[in-house]
Amino acid sequence: MAQTGFGRRYFKAFVSGFFVAVPVTVTVLDRLAYVARVEGASMQPSLNPDGELSPDVVLLNRWSVRNYQVQRGDIVSVLSPKDPQQKIIKRVIGIEGDFIKTLGYKNRYVRVPDGHLWIEGDHHGHSFDSNTFGPVSTLSPFQFPPNLAGFSRSCPWSGVSHHLATQSVAADRAVCLSRTKTAVKLGWSNRGWL
Amino acid sequence: MFRGFFVKTISFVGYTVQYGCIAHCAFEYIGKFVSCSGPSMEPTITNHDVFFSERVSRHLCRIQKGDIVIAKSPFDPKMNICKRVIGLEGDKVCTSGSSDVFKTHTYVPRGHVWLEGDSLQNSTDSRSYGPIPYALIRGRVCLKLWPPHSFGILAESPNNGRIL
Repeated sequence: MAQTGFGRRYFKAFVSGFFVAVPVTVTVLDRLAYVARVEGASMQPSLNPDGELSPDVVLLNRWSVRNYQVQRGDIVSVLSPKDPQQKIIKRVIGIEGDFIKTLGYKNRYVRVPDGHLWIEGDHHGHSFDSNTFGPVSTLSPFQFPPNLAGFSRSCPWSGVSHHLATQSVAADRAVCLSRTKTAVKLGWSNRGWL
Repeated sequence: MFRGFFVKTISFVGYTVQYGCIAHCAFEYIGKFVSCSGPSMEPTITNHDVFFSERVSRHLCRIQKGDIVIAKSPFDPKMNICKRVIGLEGDKVCTSGSSDVFKTHTYVPRGHVWLEGDSLQNSTDSRSYGPIPYALIRGRVCLKLWPPHSFGILAESPNNGRIL
């Protein structure tokens, strides 16, 4: 008798906890933030500078793009127009209305149509980006810019520290590129020029 | 007294968050009610009809030719469009009008779909802006709920020649 009572209470507690934890977690991952691992070399040296030896893990900020406001220089994660189940991480070079000089696209100069973006990887030539498939529609990037803040080397999540950019891109906001063993990296990365 | 009020507020907020998250999961992964406006899908869908659109087949990538889908507009991410799928990736679609003498065809690229409205004269669809990426599809319309006299599954395409 006591055994059945305990089993039923346990079951009830489990079900009620399940219906709180799973929807809240799924909503947070869909609406607020999402963690992803970066594979490939198309964003070197910003992301994955060590290649496959230690792939970077990035935090994708979904909240900041709920109104589809993306700026030039942001790193975004989009659904590939060639394969709807694959996500690719690239940098936004041009937003709607911009004229882009392309690298190896079928037209030399392209005007980005309304509601589209032009994305490129930092590692030109090793990148499957808009130079291959053209401008992407703003909704297929439904995941958005990695929100990057600095991390100290000692332990992850211990604090936020900003360092100056070590790459040669002009940036008007501080960027942190410190790498930790757990490879959780957060930082802002912004290119001040088109 | 103040403490009781505080506890009640906290529990109310907690329940609101929990039910909001459950609602989000249901709308995102199961389906939701949509209302379509515009003449581009007549006679299958008339203005201000209410439907149930399901998201399961989109997440499992099981959208088929002849389905009516809700997709994000490729030119304005805040607007949705409701059209029928005429061709999936690799299919051959007819791009010329019915009144043209010479028929032109094109192949739908990988990862894209070709959408057309049922009312060919009143619809701006893939014939004007080309195939759209599969990733823009948001759901498949499966059941018509309002008006009550036409409740039920939606009809097949009235333009039999378009789906090759």
